[in-house]
Amino acid sequence: MLYKETGQYKSTYKSDHAIFPLIQDKIAFSTLMFIAFLIIPFVINSYWEKAILVPFLIFSLAAIGLNILTGYCGQVSLGTGGFMAVGAFSTYKIMTYFPDLNIMIIILISGLITAAVGILFGLPSLRIKGFYLAVATLASQFFLVWLFNKVPWFYNYSDTGQITVSERLMFGVPVTGATAPPYATYLFCLILVVLLGFAAKNLIRSKMGRSWMAIRDMDIAAEIIGVPPLKTKLSAFAISSFYIGVAGALYFAVFLGAIEVTESFDIMTISFPVLFMIIIGGLGSMLGSFLGAAFIVTLPIGLKFIMVDLVGLSAVTAKHFEITIWGLLMIIFLIVEPHGLARLWSIAKEKLRRWPFPY
Amino acid sequence: MSVELLNFIETVLNGLMSGVMYSLVALGFVLIFKASGVFNFAQGVFALFAALTLVGYQTGQVPFAHLINELFGTNYHNWYASMPNFLAIILTMITMIALAWIIERLVLKHLVNQDPIILFMATIGLAFALEGVGDLMWGSDVKVLDVGIPSGGSIWLEEATIGLAAEGSDYYGMYIDVLNVWATVIAVILVITLALFSQYTKTGRALRAVADDHQAALSVGISLRTIWILVWAISGFIAMVAGIMWGTESGVQFSLSLIALKALPVLILGGFTSIPGAIIGGLLIGVGEKLAEIYIGGYFETGALENWFAYVMALVFLLFRPQGLFGDKIIERV
Repeated sequence: MLYKETGQYKSTYKSDHAIFPLIQDKIAFSTLMFIAFLIIPFVINSYWEKAILVPFLIFSLAAIGLNILTGYCGQVSLGTGGFMAVGAFSTYKIMTYFPDLNIMIIILISGLITAAVGILFGLPSLRIKGFYLAVATLASQFFLVWLFNKVPWFYNYSDTGQITVSERLMFGVPVTGATAPPYATYLFCLILVVLLGFAAKNLIRSKMGRSWMAIRDMDIAAEIIGVPPLKTKLSAFAISSFYIGVAGALYFAVFLGAIEVTESFDIMTISFPVLFMIIIGGLGSMLGSFLGAAFIVTLPIGLKFIMVDLVGLSAVTAKHFEITIWGLLMIIFLIVEPHGLARLWSIAKEKLRRWPFPY
Repeated sequence: MSVELLNFIETVLNGLMSGVMYSLVALGFVLIFKASGVFNFAQGVFALFAALTLVGYQTGQVPFAHLINELFGTNYHNWYASMPNFLAIILTMITMIALAWIIERLVLKHLVNQDPIILFMATIGLAFALEGVGDLMWGSDVKVLDVGIPSGGSIWLEEATIGLAAEGSDYYGMYIDVLNVWATVIAVILVITLALFSQYTKTGRALRAVADDHQAALSVGISLRTIWILVWAISGFIAMVAGIMWGTESGVQFSLSLIALKALPVLILGGFTSIPGAIIGGLLIGVGEKLAEIYIGGYFETGALENWFAYVMALVFLLFRPQGLFGDKIIERV
């Protein structure tokens, strides 16, 4: 009864194709947007910004990117860290060469550069698939991280090998660098996430998205009915890399401020966690990307609170527990609910539709 | 012989030896893949876990000591001072068999008939879980592993080769680690044993039957579950051997689990389903890496090509032969 669809007729094609066809979804989404844009910026403090909200938004973008490639187009990639590094280092290089360019434009250009790199590393996907491809994408991870670590041009010959962001303004307020206020960085990420999120949602509903899914479900059959595998797979790689590149750019410029490539973009700190996000959130689901990101970002904080503050374990032991729990959760999700949190949500909606009646 | 030639031979020899180490890890992958169609990403963590357990038994550590001490304020550390190597290895082997049984019970049983890629991702989860459990059980500090395998440079070889260079040239003989020679010997024994086992015993034949076709094997009365446990136990054993070798060389620590990442290009090169492929792939990658480090690495200021060279080599290879050197031909049907 809470989630009643009865009586909501769709009399035009337009209303039938709406992203949120139900009034309940519209209300829920508008409320969420209202809270996100008009309430949180006024109450946000530095802890919430740095520990939860900004990483959540950035990893949502990365998860959307990987979900496009893995969830919608069926090409498993373990190279997320490498592509995020491309986004970060492009931002850094463009920042140094064009000091006056707007930061939003810089970040979007970084995304485009990452897309180009993504196409390059997507080329093998035409010949190989499955875990052969997964292993091949590891090549991009190792190669790109090595490149940014060992070629001094990328970090402007600095002694430490670190890259550091300089301050950039957006409407007169700094959004990068140490002096940026929490609400500014949060809003900056939020705007990008909302815009790109809508773009992704609509791409998936378009012809391109449908051909991705056709390739995912069975590539030979898709080819026979006229979906070009070359164009489709490479477009998935390009668009996925664009999102991951933008996420990497934000991760560097807005979130961390200073990074060292081997630490920040390691396979263990980026590639696998983002993969966990889309598995736990739901492969092939936009909502799943956000749920997964929220889950993976908050899980360590929650676990740390329980184990260190409540039970009194040392931080090292707690960390080991965390790794164990991550692994177990991944296995449990794959066994019990391979479609992830997004699926649980749709089951919950199903239940709410009838509640409190059993039938 | 000129010094350049001798150096070249030395590089190739060392490459072959490190290739054997890669092959050892790759072998575990191939076995599981052939028998259960699972691409076991956790193989490297298996090696780490086995090495940790071995050290734990040797030095008599109390399992989960850190956890217990932190929870209850006790101060347990060791049961006993030391244990003979032989006994410790057997106990580790038993632990690995138990682990194989647990994995079959808790994970594989529930994932029968799933996509291979889902199983692959499950083993990534398994890798994380096992790594966490290993650290919780035995602690994450770097440990020294010594089961009595000699290591260090071979003086005999150095003296034997020093005379080969031309008179008066600056040559100090070849450097080859004895440990690597031992690893080679052990790997050869291991492969021969495996080949004999799968060729001439009843269980071995059952194993090959399962590898060929799950359903057909079931229908002639082979217990799939027993075979799976067996296969995972065998690859646990191989992981233990690999863990001992790598652990003796560089200490038992987290980075040991990353050797799995080293073995992946070996698999691509050799083909996922071929034991000779794993060995030859390993040797090729080992030699290729060492040669690249010396002959191409010089053009980059900082080198360290080892991280990715194997991958790029495998990738280029894949473009021409997607099934690897000895892999089964990929036939696709709609």
